[in-house]
Amino acid sequence: MEPIITVKGISKKYNITHQKGGYIALRDILTNAFKNPFSFIKRKTKEIIGLEKKEVFWALKDINFEVQKGEVIGIVGRNGAGKSTLLKILSQITPPTEGEIKINGTVGSLLEVGTGFHPELTGRENIFLNGAILGMKKVDIERKFNEIVEFAGIEKFLDTPVKYYSSGMYVRLAFSVAAHMETDILIIDEVLAVGDAEFQKKCLGKMNDITKEEGRTILFVSHNMGAIKQLCNKTIFIKNGEVVNFGETENIIENYLSESKDNTSESWENKKDEFNNEYFKPEKFYISRENENDIYINIEANINKKDDALTAGYALYSEDGTLLYWSYQTDSNESDWPKLNIGYNKIKSRLPIEILNSGIYKIELIASLYFKEWIITPNKINPTIFFNFSKKFNESKYWIQKRPGIVTPNNKWILIK
Amino acid sequence: MSNTHTTVIKPKKIFSFSDLKEVWEYRELLYFFTWRDLKVRYKQTAIGALWAIFQPFITMVVFSVFFGGLLKIPSDGVPYPIFVYTGLLFWQFFSTALSDTSNVLITNQAIITKVYFPRLLLPLSSIMTKFIDFGIAALILVGMMFYYNYTPNLIGLLLIPLLLLITFMISVGVGLFLASVNVKYRDVRYALPFFIQILMFVTPVIYPASIAGKYSWILALNPMMGVIQSARAALLGTTVLNWNLIAISLFATFILMILGVYTFKKTERYFADII
Repeated sequence: MEPIITVKGISKKYNITHQKGGYIALRDILTNAFKNPFSFIKRKTKEIIGLEKKEVFWALKDINFEVQKGEVIGIVGRNGAGKSTLLKILSQITPPTEGEIKINGTVGSLLEVGTGFHPELTGRENIFLNGAILGMKKVDIERKFNEIVEFAGIEKFLDTPVKYYSSGMYVRLAFSVAAHMETDILIIDEVLAVGDAEFQKKCLGKMNDITKEEGRTILFVSHNMGAIKQLCNKTIFIKNGEVVNFGETENIIENYLSESKDNTSESWENKKDEFNNEYFKPEKFYISRENENDIYINIEANINKKDDALTAGYALYSEDGTLLYWSYQTDSNESDWPKLNIGYNKIKSRLPIEILNSGIYKIELIASLYFKEWIITPNKINPTIFFNFSKKFNESKYWIQKRPGIVTPNNKWILIK
Repeated sequence: MSNTHTTVIKPKKIFSFSDLKEVWEYRELLYFFTWRDLKVRYKQTAIGALWAIFQPFITMVVFSVFFGGLLKIPSDGVPYPIFVYTGLLFWQFFSTALSDTSNVLITNQAIITKVYFPRLLLPLSSIMTKFIDFGIAALILVGMMFYYNYTPNLIGLLLIPLLLLITFMISVGVGLFLASVNVKYRDVRYALPFFIQILMFVTPVIYPASIAGKYSWILALNPMMGVIQSARAALLGTTVLNWNLIAISLFATFILMILGVYTFKKTERYFADII
């Protein structure tokens, strides 16, 4: 039987531009052209005949796979591995640079819940608007209307503008519309990570129904391995824009998790001379333990060119990829900043473990010229280390196991009356 | 569930007639976008739909007092208020369509980066809403024609839909061009209000084209001039209907359309990457 989705040699290239403001202003281009007409013409001709080399980033490299009708495919991989780019190409939001995809059926994509919801419109109006944006026909929306409202549980508020909805109601309504799409193929990005636990369970149940009973084809990205195991029979593991493995979900998840563990190194060294630039070259990035309570993040780097705006530091992420905070050497009062000089510098900063919960943390080295440009951008390709932390419970006899939540501060309580 | 619907995703697609077919397939979404824009606009303003009457009406009053009354600008022998209102009616369709269209991709960026649909729908829907505004504002013109006792002839009445279609097509052409340029160069929108204002002064909205004497043919290259001039001839009988003028307008409009659609289609596929 012909596969419902055939992906052949898909690659996606992004040009990396180093702009200050983010967007290009026509004004800047025009003033540039007038100020330096010769260099402008030279650059333009180079661009046209293809001599000028642009810095490029391949988000996806030669992706190939096939999906049969009725299969539920999970897609796993670290942040920035290319999962979302792949979904965007499959949903036709952005075109591939190379390759071809053939899809035999209608596609519905759900990359975000509530796309196109308008706060001024009522729940009823938004169901129709959102449904139409997701590609549903008006007659289908009308037919499914009661089901959608019932699943979301918002009967009483149907004619209230959604700007007055609680965030829970909003998400329930949005998911409910999307869950009633009737396309042959459904593409879903991490959308189950919203709403309260009870609603998440309901969504998973609904997804289960969709896949099991209605026999639809689903592509599903998630960081929630439990959900993937429950829903998907096969899984694709993507790493650095390439398919590393594609097969039975159990095996792939095992493979993915074991590979993530291998990467939990506490130190990094600039062995291949990556990350060298005009201002700053990181050499070593590691964790040091002076005693049980004092754990430090260390950065050793060569300063090539001095700039007062140079900031170096780290970004801390929890296991599921949530950013906890950024920290720079310039966080404190200016008189307390460590002075960075040309040549080799070693700086360190204590990790605030009092507030951290048990878990594996990802720590990225980041550096920038403050408010001007990134030198090493967060969430791209960075020097990365991992910190495996088991919280020592405090003296309380009631705090004897891991608590839910990202942070676990040790708060004091006082009797007022 | 049918398997007849096959999609092929490839690196690049140049404009083809299947694009028009696609817009037709998505006509319901076009309707919903238009419906949303109207609904939201009229919900957000206190006087609602009256706004569509209020704006051209007050402009007409102010122009009549200053340009017609004090400056005594000629008006081809018809009362100045009805002369300027006919021009304003078409002009406001064009100018509001232009300024809305040029920003439509940016205001809808959240949808563009998350869902696929023919991007053409967004500018089209924002121009569609102008038909409703036009219809509402035209009621004032009907009132004025009764008041000043003008009866349009049959050819004149039949001509109005054609003129409206030309205005629609010019708006599509120029609007699509500006919309795609605006995605890449974000300062375009700051220059646009100024550009539109200048355009109004080179279009015979507040003065008759006859003011330019034998050079009025230069003004004819601006397709909006043909529209406004013909509308006045048709409804008020200011001049004899000049079919050549309409032909020139149509020709210029087609060129603008091709330019607009071409620019839009060329950049469309990459909107989600650069927006």
